Amino acid sequence: MALTDKDIKKLSHLAKINIDSKDEEIVLSKLEGIIKLIDSMQKVNTVNIDPMSHALDITQPLREDVVTEKNQKNDFLKLGPESNEDHFIVPRVVE
Amino acid sequence: MSWDIVIGIETHVQLTTQTKIFSGASTSYGMPANENACLVSLAYPGTLPVLNKEAVKKAIKFGLAVNADIAEHSVFARKNYFYPDLPKGYQISQFELPVVNNGFLTIGDNKKIRILRAHLEEDAGKSVHGILNNQTGIDLNRAGTPLLEIVTEPDMNSAQEAIAYAKKLHNLVQWIGVCDGNMQEGSFRCDVNVSVKPSGSEKLGTRREIKNLNSFRNMEQAINFEVNWQIEQLEDGNEIVQSTVLFNPDTGETRAMRSKEEANDYRYFPDPDLLPLKITQEDIDDIRSTLGELPEVSIKRLVEDFKLNDADASIITSNKKTYEFFQSLISEGLDPKITANWIVVNLFAKLNDNELSINESTINKDQFVLLIRRIMDKTISNNAAKKIFDLLWDDPKVEVDQSIESLGLKQVSDSSAILPLVQEVIAHNQAMVEQFKSGKDKAFNALVGQVMKLSKGKANPGQVSELLKDELNKV
Amino acid sequence: MKNLSLKELNLGLSSKKFSSEELTKFFLNEIKISNPKINAFITVDEEKSLQQARDADKRISQNNINELTGIPIAQKDIFCAKGWKTTCGSKMLDNFYSPYDSKVIELFNQSGAVNLGKTNMDEFAMGSSNETSYYGEVRNPWNLDYVPGGSSGGSAAAVASGMAPASTATDTGGSIRQPSSLCGLTGLKPTYGLVSRFGMIAFASSLDQAGPIAKSAEDCALMLKVMAAHDTRDSTSIKQNIPDYQKSLDHPIKGKTIGLPKEFFNDDLNQEVKIVLEQVIDSYQKMGVNFKEISLANSHLSIPVYYVIAPAEASSNLSRYDGVKFGYRAKEFKDLEEMYLKTREQGFGEEVKRRILVGTYVLSAGYYDAYYLKAQKIRRLIAHDFKNAFKECDLILAPSCPSTAFKIGDKTEDPVSMYMQDMYTISTNLAGLPAISSPAGFINKMPVGFQLIGNYFDEATILNFTHQYQQITDWHQKTPGTDI
Repeated sequence: MALTDKDIKKLSHLAKINIDSKDEEIVLSKLEGIIKLIDSMQKVNTVNIDPMSHALDITQPLREDVVTEKNQKNDFLKLGPESNEDHFIVPRVVE
Repeated sequence: MSWDIVIGIETHVQLTTQTKIFSGASTSYGMPANENACLVSLAYPGTLPVLNKEAVKKAIKFGLAVNADIAEHSVFARKNYFYPDLPKGYQISQFELPVVNNGFLTIGDNKKIRILRAHLEEDAGKSVHGILNNQTGIDLNRAGTPLLEIVTEPDMNSAQEAIAYAKKLHNLVQWIGVCDGNMQEGSFRCDVNVSVKPSGSEKLGTRREIKNLNSFRNMEQAINFEVNWQIEQLEDGNEIVQSTVLFNPDTGETRAMRSKEEANDYRYFPDPDLLPLKITQEDIDDIRSTLGELPEVSIKRLVEDFKLNDADASIITSNKKTYEFFQSLISEGLDPKITANWIVVNLFAKLNDNELSINESTINKDQFVLLIRRIMDKTISNNAAKKIFDLLWDDPKVEVDQSIESLGLKQVSDSSAILPLVQEVIAHNQAMVEQFKSGKDKAFNALVGQVMKLSKGKANPGQVSELLKDELNKV
Repeated sequence: MKNLSLKELNLGLSSKKFSSEELTKFFLNEIKISNPKINAFITVDEEKSLQQARDADKRISQNNINELTGIPIAQKDIFCAKGWKTTCGSKMLDNFYSPYDSKVIELFNQSGAVNLGKTNMDEFAMGSSNETSYYGEVRNPWNLDYVPGGSSGGSAAAVASGMAPASTATDTGGSIRQPSSLCGLTGLKPTYGLVSRFGMIAFASSLDQAGPIAKSAEDCALMLKVMAAHDTRDSTSIKQNIPDYQKSLDHPIKGKTIGLPKEFFNDDLNQEVKIVLEQVIDSYQKMGVNFKEISLANSHLSIPVYYVIAPAEASSNLSRYDGVKFGYRAKEFKDLEEMYLKTREQGFGEEVKRRILVGTYVLSAGYYDAYYLKAQKIRRLIAHDFKNAFKECDLILAPSCPSTAFKIGDKTEDPVSMYMQDMYTISTNLAGLPAISSPAGFINKMPVGFQLIGNYFDEATILNFTHQYQQITDWHQKTPGTDI
């Protein structure tokens, strides 16, 4: 499947990674190389094969509903790129 | 041209657990910002989700309460999108294989509203706007709170039906103890999908989803506004664009959201950090045994065992607190019909006037019991009881018996005291007696009224009627 | 001290021949000398390390000593360590001081080991040459013009150059075994789920697994004993009895069977590597091990499958680096959208961005079935091949890498040629199986390894076979600068 400039723009938007327009061509060509590599799967017959998400055939363990975490707000807010005494701060969110 | 309204509802129900769905952080409401935000809530590098047992149990419990199938295997997926209050950049939710499938609730006259699915997922945090100019504050206390998202088929055809479903669901989730039902705090949030189509048409119209509905009143207003707006658009030859709209309670209007919706390719895939959730028949049986009696069964019981009428029975079971209150009164030996009547008519009137829920009622139960007992033993009349109830509502310390005394509301039930009054009224109201004799029943009531007046309201009205009947026969 | 095994270091400490503080100072000094040219460490914190060493000495003086007490271990900078800068090789986390310990760090701390420093790595473990690190490329101690392999290149180079006795590493597609092979070391990727992923910064969650890189199978056994533990904070961590890996090192291997996958020993196999592997086979045969041809018919699909699944998971795992809660945030932006776009443009390197874009692509609407779902199905076929193979043999022998180390810069312009480095290692990650790379000789004075793949949770057999091989060979004892 050939990639287009439009695909690159869409991917950039979805992944929230800015791609400089001067780099678009090179990004596109390298991605195309990878797509070509993974397209070699397409010839494999996978009818009636269950997808495998996990290496081991085990099921989800459950946690008891008990509070184990304590308030570390001050430490965590300090690690934020921008924060006040209560919140992490970001540019205004438009709804 | 006439139009059909088609409504489906997605409800986000916060499950009442001590901790978040994937971490041991507390879910307590109303904490200062970010105090419940742990490493996992903040999506720190290297942190991993571990599923809360209680959240799973509550999801199953709900499924059983709506006669749904409980999936033996269900899977958690990632819904990928960027938003500042979504710390991981994805929400863990069940997508292809939810834990609850194919249930239903009935509303009104036995109309079935099908519940397509209910799935477990995590709540997002909160964005606090206008902290500073052009800035938004992020509070991640709510991030990771367990949610059950309950999705109906588009089976409702009016705002009334939608409200009836939502209220029924709201009652049920509290009844079975999976949600506190607090709509103001966001514990029970409905998104309503509304579309219209030409009457009788098979093809569904394009829907718009109304968000931000935190009361039933808002929901009704929003649906009505939205329906009218859509019909207007279509009649003007415009097309409806699928979108998400916000309801503004101040204007009563809905408006399309500006963000979020553009290019929502969520790239769902199974979360590799979580394994398939397996639920055994044994798990299901265990939870079923904790389910208790559901409202539908309670209604039947009220009608069959206590001979309540359907209307009273459904109001008594409209929430669990009321039902439990009723049950506790009955267990004191009170008459079910009188008790039901007092709850439905008098107590609810007070609650409604004061915009309170039954949970917030401050009525002194012991005195309320005594009050009904005094009606039953004919110490006071229903009217006198209302006077005392007013006092009791205002001041829980009021004592019923003392008030009966001090207000002189004790009813006279002694025949020898009432008979002279009856005879006096007959003697002085010959015209009315004649009318009664000639077949006018109304005259009888007038005569009763005269006797009551003469007794200053204290005579037992039942006894007055009996004695009056006897005396009139003698005339 | 430089070339002592973990067992010898343990003996030296317990017999008070040297203290942990002396030992730690020795290696810190080695780092001072060698690191400027090798660049194996991102962070060294002498004070923190020496404090741990003094604590260990206290323990030792109270005879509270186990295998690793007092021994300095280099930690891959993918493991969160409380108070330590933890970067994962990325500018995105250049200012990130972890507020908590990963399970692996916690276990080493409990055993009394000393954290010697955080090793360099490909950014977010994405790479096979350690050239994608924000902190610069790591150089192969055997020849400084060559790559050490990746992504655990720093961990491998630190041990190979004698800056650390052993190190931790992680392996998503070969990131323990390939650098071990390229640096002449023994590196074990355990069964998926044996070592907790809690606090290990995620690349591809269903494939990532931590393990040791060390100088011998015996050292790996001691390291794994500490690292393997059930952890309730990782849903994919397995409740499993941890055997005493050291004890079984000397079990007899005579009469056992090693499988040779015909798909690996074909004409595509590098002739020089093939010769080395034939010598390995010969050594085992001399020890009475039988060989049998087996088939891993779908193994040639493991690279395409991996380059769908790993980027898909990574694209999602790396969404948390958005400049909101921690880590890098762009300096200039006009609104929230631009903050995201620029933060992630500037905070991630080229290879990471490329894999996020690929992952986003294979999961996006219209492509999910053709790529992601297809890959998951073929993954099952690949795992199934192994399942059948292990009906016929105890272990599988395979090349570790297609060749010895290549020159720095040789493959950076062609991602796909770089991806081919992992052609022999990836299938075990997809299946979740354990595998080791052990030194097997040299080609043009650069080390080369062989791989042994075991059945699920059969690390003991892998270590046993490797140890036995290392009893009759001395490739693992060679160090850079010695005559080879």
